[in-house]
Amino acid sequence: MRWSTPTLSVIPRGIVPNRWDLLALPLVLSLLFLFGAAAHQMALPIAAPQAVGLSLNPSHLPGYALRTTLRMLVAMLASLVFTFTYATAAAKSRRAELILVPVLDVLQSVPVLGYVSFTVAFFLDLFPGNVLGAEFAAIFAIFTSQAWNMAFSFYQSLRTVPHDLHEVSLSFRFTAWQRFWRLEVPFAMPGLIWNMMMSMSGGWFFVVASEAIAVGTHTVRLPGVGSYVALAIEQRDLGAIGWAVLTMLIVILIYDQLLFRPLIAWTDKFRFEQTPGEVAPDSWFLMLLRRTRLMNTILGPVGQSLRRIAVWPGPGFARHPARPTPKSLRALGEALWYAAVGSVTLYLVWLAASTVSESLGWRDLGVAFGLGALTMLRVAVLVGLATLVWLPLGVLIGLKPRLAQTVQPVAQFLAAFPANLLFPVAVLLIVRFGLNTDVWLSPLMILGAQWYILFNVVAGASAFPTDLRDAAANLHIRGWQWWKKVALPGVLSYYVTGAITASGGAWNASIVAEAVSWGNTKLAAHGLGAYIAEATTNGDFPRIVLGIAVMSVYVILFNRLLWRPLYRLAERRFRFD
Amino acid sequence: MMSATLPTATTSPKLLEVRDVRQGFARPSGGERVVIENVNMTLADHEIVGLLGRSGCGKSTLLRIVAGLIRPTGGEAVYLGQPITGPAEGIAMVFQTFALFPWLTVLGNVEAGLEALAVPERDMRKRALAAIDLIGLDGYESAYPRELSGGMRQRVGFARALVVNPAILLMDEPFSALDVLTAETLRTDLVELWSEGKLPIRAVLMVTHNIEEAVLMCDRILMLAGTPGRIAAEFKVDMPRPRNRLSPHFRALVDDIYASMTARVAQAASAAAAKATTQIALHMSRVSANILSGLMEALAAEPYRGKADLPQIAGELQLEVDELLPIAEALQLLAFAELAQGDIKLTDSGRQFVESDLETRKRLFADHLRRYVPLAAHIRRVLDERPGHRAPRVRFETELEDQLSEEDAQETLQTAISWGRFAELFSYDDQAEVFSLDNPT
Repeated sequence: MRWSTPTLSVIPRGIVPNRWDLLALPLVLSLLFLFGAAAHQMALPIAAPQAVGLSLNPSHLPGYALRTTLRMLVAMLASLVFTFTYATAAAKSRRAELILVPVLDVLQSVPVLGYVSFTVAFFLDLFPGNVLGAEFAAIFAIFTSQAWNMAFSFYQSLRTVPHDLHEVSLSFRFTAWQRFWRLEVPFAMPGLIWNMMMSMSGGWFFVVASEAIAVGTHTVRLPGVGSYVALAIEQRDLGAIGWAVLTMLIVILIYDQLLFRPLIAWTDKFRFEQTPGEVAPDSWFLMLLRRTRLMNTILGPVGQSLRRIAVWPGPGFARHPARPTPKSLRALGEALWYAAVGSVTLYLVWLAASTVSESLGWRDLGVAFGLGALTMLRVAVLVGLATLVWLPLGVLIGLKPRLAQTVQPVAQFLAAFPANLLFPVAVLLIVRFGLNTDVWLSPLMILGAQWYILFNVVAGASAFPTDLRDAAANLHIRGWQWWKKVALPGVLSYYVTGAITASGGAWNASIVAEAVSWGNTKLAAHGLGAYIAEATTNGDFPRIVLGIAVMSVYVILFNRLLWRPLYRLAERRFRFD
Repeated sequence: MMSATLPTATTSPKLLEVRDVRQGFARPSGGERVVIENVNMTLADHEIVGLLGRSGCGKSTLLRIVAGLIRPTGGEAVYLGQPITGPAEGIAMVFQTFALFPWLTVLGNVEAGLEALAVPERDMRKRALAAIDLIGLDGYESAYPRELSGGMRQRVGFARALVVNPAILLMDEPFSALDVLTAETLRTDLVELWSEGKLPIRAVLMVTHNIEEAVLMCDRILMLAGTPGRIAAEFKVDMPRPRNRLSPHFRALVDDIYASMTARVAQAASAAAAKATTQIALHMSRVSANILSGLMEALAAEPYRGKADLPQIAGELQLEVDELLPIAEALQLLAFAELAQGDIKLTDSGRQFVESDLETRKRLFADHLRRYVPLAAHIRRVLDERPGHRAPRVRFETELEDQLSEEDAQETLQTAISWGRFAELFSYDDQAEVFSLDNPT
């Protein structure tokens, strides 16, 4: 089965930062910092919760897997609530949009595991001596890996609701609330679900990484597959790792069959335009649900109550759109708004900087940026290597429909698999052969992320128009010229989408991939990821902040200077009409 | 620019010869679906030959075999004495969808074929500019295809094919994606260049479903028909170019071809009707009940009063032959009309249908569906027999795919669904892919 790939929502607007972008980065970072620092200072030493009794007995794994999956689902609900509120605010209010969109852009550039380091203290403080705090911290981490691109997708959909449908809803005198549920949400559904599912695929990596959280000298372990693996690493139990991998494979398979595919097949009915010839996605599970009377009886009332929400006029909404404000007034309002947000930002930055400067100097900043350059080099080289391998292979696979149909789900499956479960194997190999950690730990960063390149390129090559291939054959375009003039431009926009995701994944993975351990054996490479990991283990709050801030800056620059121009070029020049 | 240096046709092997070509495609369910069979044809110097036929008759397949884009499963296509085993040098093609590379400029698109031939850079530019000039694209060299209108895009398609100085130019419905005026301009320009000997080609083979277009441009017209497709008739066009669409000679030939085409339809339809009583898997084209009513109403009204000449009513309703014939066929199948010698005549129940209100129309339609469309009757029977009165789509799909291609099976089933819905004979849930007898209340 081939899935059409809607746009991955990571690319907003232009390359050149505007004045609102200049506010967003300091605003987000200083806010995060103050939020974390406040909690950090409030309760020292942290009241670490009781260690939960974990066991390496494989019979506990199903239970652990269930807990892990539940965390994922709770985080997904939170992400949905965030999406519906944040993205709606950004799409409906011009003033909110000015600051919310750049902020979202920064939020998605902050490494996900960085949020854990920031916020774990805060959440533990909320529930002293209780694992609930750690649960919240883990769920929050997963939330941060899911929410941003969902919000972007929803925001973009809201901005592109077809004008005629909007006018219809006005002429029916829908309130804003009704319009939201009857028009905007259904219209945004395919893009939102796709991004939701992609987020969830990526989420497995973070759920595994955030279940065992080191807080100073203590390690909080929540019952789950991630903690099971952490314990197995501590006790050097390779068999247990094998069981965990197997469990994860089964969990993802079930997730894929019972959630991912049915949802994608279901959203097909919301598709605004149907390209003829494209295979409609289908799912045996959804078919089963639709055909079974019992399920219809059970799900019927749910659908009914949802319908009632949509029909309800909503809390105090007018049936007429508000009259637009005159232009001169708008400009004035915008200037005032900018001044207000700007001064708040300046104040927060000053507050954060004065706290940080107590313990950090310019030298630390230099060190962090130096290490960041090393990590960036790794990311660039690895994405390059993955491209060299998967771009040509993906094209060849995608041009053979049968093969593509087999490879595509496998690649998507591998992309969802949390590669960090396999890290111990790498440690064993490196120790065994005495390899250079700076070089050989690097491949771990791309282990899970490379598949995004493969399946996007395969999707691109499958969608390559037959007539164009025929024309190339008719013109005798072969060999290198064929790659240069026909194949590579044809899949470029798909490739860039995949590469953006892969590079984002590699940056995120660096925090766990540059510093790994096996029992007492600890390996670390020189890089910003290892720097953050070490600061987290030591509970060195100022350095965590510094590391995360520097990494965010690198990620933003990497996106702005490389991926966005490439993506825009691909969109403008290399797209089929 | 004419190929004066090439040896004359009498002493050299034939330009193009197609011998006993047969093309089958593997079915997913196993077995083979034969698209064309026993096709023989030649293409001589200085002639334009048209392949005419309804969609699905295999004319595009034949063109792609000559282009070397697909290998025939039987027989061979021979170009200048050499069997064609892959895209041959000297055969260039123009596509219905233009098939331009969106990332290359007009110049880049035209040069792409020359680059593949490793033409030296300076030569390349000169030849590309000459082709662009010839085809009337001057000034557009640096434009990207998406900036151009459809007509201009197809001009790029022509320039790209001509720049390699092919001996044979293949055209796959080159004007059918264009609006009427643009298509006419492009046709006229092309015919003019051809008549003046300005095109560097020896012969043209073109696919079309437009009868007038074929008569306007071709020296010979080959009509493909049947499943699997065969060459059913050949028409010579002995008129000097430029041809006048309104001349009696031109009109007479168009009428001739029309009559021959509908005669075949009438034959096929009556053969189908004979088989229909037993056979479920009868291919039905996608024609909505609304269009059927529309044609019946037009037939019943002035000036036809129940009987019309097909070319005439096609012209009146602005339908291409390709569009009119499936509708006429469907009416014949449903016994609302009869086809004979290029005429269509309403039956008594056809008249009754036109005179009735919507409710009666639906009842009449349902009645005819059960009597004359075995698939619809079959679906209803299965639903009646089943205790829950429900049946999944796939049940009928597999039955149809035993005898039809996958696409035809889908189309046939879709047609049955749309007719069944109109007649309220059964209902269908597209989400669950289930047929049932319940009507939404």
